[in-house]
Amino acid sequence: MFVPCGSSAPPDFEGFTLLLPAVSVGNVGQLAVDLVIFTLDMPKVGYFYTDCLVPMVGNNPYATAEENSTELSINAEVYSLPSKKLVVLQIRSPFVKNKYRSFCQTLLSWVKSSRCAKVILLSSSHAYQCDDQQLHGTPLRYLLSPAIQKTAGELMQRLNWKEMEKVAAYPGVNDTDMVLRIPGGGITTLLFSESCSNGIQMAVLLKFCSEGDNIPDALALVNYLNEWLQLVKSEQNSAAPATPSQWKIPHSWRLLFGSGLPPALF
Amino acid sequence: MATFFGEVVAAPSRAGVDEEEEVAGEREETPEDREIRRELEKKREVHILWSSKLSASTGSFTDEQFPCSKFILAIGHNSVAFLSSFVLNSGCWEAAGSVKLWNEWCRTSNTTSVLPTDAFCLFYKLISDPTVLLCQCNCYVAEDQQYQWLEKVFGCMREEDLQVTILSTCPLTDYKTPESTLTLPSPFLKALKTKDFKETTCCPLLEQPNIVQGLPAAVLSYCQVWQIPAVLYQCYTDVIKLDTVTIEAFKPVLSSKNLKSLVKVKLNFKD
Repeated sequence: MFVPCGSSAPPDFEGFTLLLPAVSVGNVGQLAVDLVIFTLDMPKVGYFYTDCLVPMVGNNPYATAEENSTELSINAEVYSLPSKKLVVLQIRSPFVKNKYRSFCQTLLSWVKSSRCAKVILLSSSHAYQCDDQQLHGTPLRYLLSPAIQKTAGELMQRLNWKEMEKVAAYPGVNDTDMVLRIPGGGITTLLFSESCSNGIQMAVLLKFCSEGDNIPDALALVNYLNEWLQLVKSEQNSAAPATPSQWKIPHSWRLLFGSGLPPALF
Repeated sequence: MATFFGEVVAAPSRAGVDEEEEVAGEREETPEDREIRRELEKKREVHILWSSKLSASTGSFTDEQFPCSKFILAIGHNSVAFLSSFVLNSGCWEAAGSVKLWNEWCRTSNTTSVLPTDAFCLFYKLISDPTVLLCQCNCYVAEDQQYQWLEKVFGCMREEDLQVTILSTCPLTDYKTPESTLTLPSPFLKALKTKDFKETTCCPLLEQPNIVQGLPAAVLSYCQVWQIPAVLYQCYTDVIKLDTVTIEAFKPVLSSKNLKSLVKVKLNFKD
């Protein structure tokens, strides 16, 4: 459930765009959301308190100075920027076993009750599952629920984006039943199909990637998002992606691969 | 992912929903699946047995909340041993309740006379001020049980200017630092506090990118969301077993506002 920070009146998200990550391969969606929150300096407006995510706490991952470095952060928090009509939910830990369905239900009912205009889910999928066609060209894909087709479908055409391909439900047996599969995408398929059946305006933006140093993948995904939402101005023209320097890297990204090495090793 | 020897190893996915769960999730849950899941959930339920709420006449538990102004929670055998040695030893405490739970790692013991190596989770009340509650949690509370534990314990409290103190330990190798943890002097204490905790902490705060997980994180998250002043003192140690050096590392906490008044014995600090 959404719990606002402090004792002020709960924020109004009517008409806002809700941006959230799927906990997926390479944590690309979550890293991309970190970049959006930190670059736009979005203030925290509340918590998404749930028993579906593994608990985790730490000090402010977006600290810029001594003063704001001691604010406690938990595993699911909501940030908002009314000037861009943007609300962001950041998810920082994996699901408790067998709780991901329950999380999807809670999330979608919050989307409905807060009357957000649209939802954009940032996700990723295992690169090793790409077929020969998908290995060529861009590794970025999009999906639109029927409710958002009217408003965003044309823009996708203009941006020359590629829609996520469906695969045969029974490969090798018959090719007539085509289904959507996003291996390594976490709850992406479930959230998307639930949104389709419930008339929610949802778009999924995802990148094919592998586990490793996923910072470049996160930058690619956030630039992809930026082509649509124009959150950050690109340097030369609107067609070129924003340079990496225009996205600020949070300090919590330090030591992603562990502590320093013991000198005695060498 | 292929290793140097050429064999293909399935790398653990950070997707949070592993392949089997994803495939299982695609098909509808049958009544048998639901029954199995319900039975498993029942087996893993967390039960809190409050001894003071036991009604003398009916022998049943009441649903009343009790007032609580201070809640001190020790998680793990070193934190538990610290509170036993420096706080509970004053003899001013009485047993107030226990937690009954089971998971793959432990089953809590039913008695109150426990050994440091037993799995138990016991509550004590200060005789002179029953709004002060202390909990010794010497058992592993699994991921799916943490929220239940939290809601059931805090659900029984009628918060009256409640202040929460949590003591916990974790391996030194979990600490992220630009230098190697091999050369880091240990054990050492780090603190995390909620927004509403206004006192100064007895040790430096835990710096990013370090995080805390498990039951200490669950309790601190609850306090942050529901605006309860709370502080967690986490001891980073390179000793896994019960260890006096690790226990002593918690000593600075005795000067904190919540614990100062509870320590009767005059301590002889070596340092």
